[in-house]
Amino acid sequence: MSSTAKADILARLRQRTHTSPPPERDFSVLEARQWTPAERIERFRQHLESVQGEVIRTTESELNQAILDRLSRSHVRRLLLGRNSPFQAGLAAAKSGDLELHVYDQPIETWQSELFNEIEAALTTTLGGIAETGSLILWPTPDEPRLMSLVPPMHLAVLRVDQLHDTLLQVVREQRWSQGMPTNALLISGPSKTADIEQTLVFGAHGPRELVVFLVDESGSGA
Amino acid sequence: MTDTHGAVPFHPNVRTALDNPQIRGNFRRAMDGLMDKRRLAFDDWELDKLRTLGSAVRLNALHHLPELLEQLDTRCRANGIQVHWARDGDEACALITDICRRRNARSVIKGKSMVSEEMELNHHLEQADIEALESDLGEYIVQMAEETPSHIIMPAIHKNTREISDLMHDKTGTEPSLDARYLTASARAQLRERFMNADVGISGVNFAVADSGTLCLVENEGNGRLTTTVPPCHIAVTGIEKVVPSLDDVAPLLALLTRSATGQPITTYFNMISGPRQPDEQDGPEEVHLVLVDNGRSEVYQDEELAETLKCIRCGACMNHCPVYTRVGGHAYGTTYPGPIGKILMPQLMGLDQTPDFPSASSLCGACGEVCPVRIPIPQLLVRLRQESVDGDSLHPAHVKGHGVKRGRLEPWIWRGWAWMHRSPALYRLGTALAARFRRLTPSRLGGWTDYRRAPRPAATTLHQAIKARRTHRRPS
Ligand code: SF4
Repeated sequence: MSSTAKADILARLRQRTHTSPPPERDFSVLEARQWTPAERIERFRQHLESVQGEVIRTTESELNQAILDRLSRSHVRRLLLGRNSPFQAGLAAAKSGDLELHVYDQPIETWQSELFNEIEAALTTTLGGIAETGSLILWPTPDEPRLMSLVPPMHLAVLRVDQLHDTLLQVVREQRWSQGMPTNALLISGPSKTADIEQTLVFGAHGPRELVVFLVDESGSGA
Repeated sequence: MTDTHGAVPFHPNVRTALDNPQIRGNFRRAMDGLMDKRRLAFDDWELDKLRTLGSAVRLNALHHLPELLEQLDTRCRANGIQVHWARDGDEACALITDICRRRNARSVIKGKSMVSEEMELNHHLEQADIEALESDLGEYIVQMAEETPSHIIMPAIHKNTREISDLMHDKTGTEPSLDARYLTASARAQLRERFMNADVGISGVNFAVADSGTLCLVENEGNGRLTTTVPPCHIAVTGIEKVVPSLDDVAPLLALLTRSATGQPITTYFNMISGPRQPDEQDGPEEVHLVLVDNGRSEVYQDEELAETLKCIRCGACMNHCPVYTRVGGHAYGTTYPGPIGKILMPQLMGLDQTPDFPSASSLCGACGEVCPVRIPIPQLLVRLRQESVDGDSLHPAHVKGHGVKRGRLEPWIWRGWAWMHRSPALYRLGTALAARFRRLTPSRLGGWTDYRRAPRPAATTLHQAIKARRTHRRPS
């Protein structure tokens, strides 16, 4: 039945006659949006902070401590890491006794209620950022599954400054997204929010209430 | 709401809405805020150029619609997404119900989807004994109130905090509160359980990308991501017009959509789904389905001018800027899509005979056309539909379903007489002279026109007489 539906719909669409070709797509208005590295950082920070995202600038060598400090400020005791997380060894070595590190290394079905009810924060890597809108790019992987950036009330993400791009269009083109996408890819621009009750903006709807981005600057100009 | 056996009772609805200061206040405040936010969001943009690009992207996609749909179908299948086609809403509902049955699904969690409203999916699922729960906060409120959305972006915009608090108290036992944060937190807590236990998640789609087989979803709350990630089966349902060639095309549309809708540069989440969970992945749905719904769109597609309607990216800006919508609210329209986009789309989907008042429920002020991010000439299409509803253009025969519904028996003769009189100078002069002479005999009440205005009265002298008098008066000097 559905194959005839397909044939019917396509046949009807093909009956349309076109009198003229469609107009050219001129992307210059988007391509013109470019910034210097310093402007990019500033723009990213401003946009993210305007929606209650937090940006902490740090360096590679201070990253672990910055993460631990931020966690202890919110009294986080159960942190979720990805499998083979690049942060695991460093955090395990430097952490104090009351922080538990959990690793997302089994199918969700086996520990769903623990993830939903007990994990307080998750730490993920990112594929980069977009200065124009203050967005993080995440491509969840078997090591860093989708729900890490969604279910725990706090999401911490590490972004390297040299992976900060100007616009989504630039990223899509340079990284050739059209050639193949992962099962799920995301742009994340702040903690979850809603304004469905009389236009009052509330942060922390169904996703995280807090989003903390560690912006890592190799050149050491972190402060 | 929509009475399936008769036309939408627009005028009585309008009367009720205008007499309700609560509704008018709620909409006025919300729309004023949204207009300001949109303006600010485009502050550092060359907006005209961006809108031109948005329009070109949509026109290109529509130009190649059948090929793009086939490509989308092929790419999605290659990615492991199961693709289904439905000629109308009932067929789509049946397909979705079948998928749910096959999985023995009892409970479905839903993300926001206007096309599912269009085909009354929740109702169909209920009849099959499948419980469907809306998870977008606005939709959740509207569902609890057993109402329909009054705005396509903000479904519960017609309710104020007190009304929502009372509703949640009645239905879920939430403590009454005027704190939106508290109410939101309470809804979050109630829905968490439901996300964990849902058998199927159903969502809409904002853009379907043909070359990579990707479904893009725009949202702020995270409910859309939970809907498409937590349940073992995800069904995405979309109108066939939502397909674009590639992710490049998505960039300008996304830039336009969120700024036009709520004045945000981007939503919290932009969710791109290109396949079900792979064997080595720890989460995500094991099955992903895409249901492509026609439901009248391929008919709209046939006419070059009217097909512009299909460029719509459902941002809601035309509503937010519409002086009629702002005063009467979304429910007065009694259809899935209200406001300017509703006024051009619904007559084409349902027939002009079902929506006879829609094309004329506009002052043609032009605001909708000016703000539309993809440059749909809404006022021009309203005029076209007015012509269609009276079969008024003999050179271009009307073909929208239910056309000619407003064609009276007398009116064509009056216009024919009018044209005849205007073609003959002598008759024209005689006519205007008679009108000037007997001006006091013209009626002072002219139906609805004189409810709020005075009846027009011909001038005491005709224009011809006035000019003639002026010439004779000047000649001596
Ligand atoms: S018609 Fe234009 S302004 Fe209205 S919802 Fe569609 S895209 Fe937005």
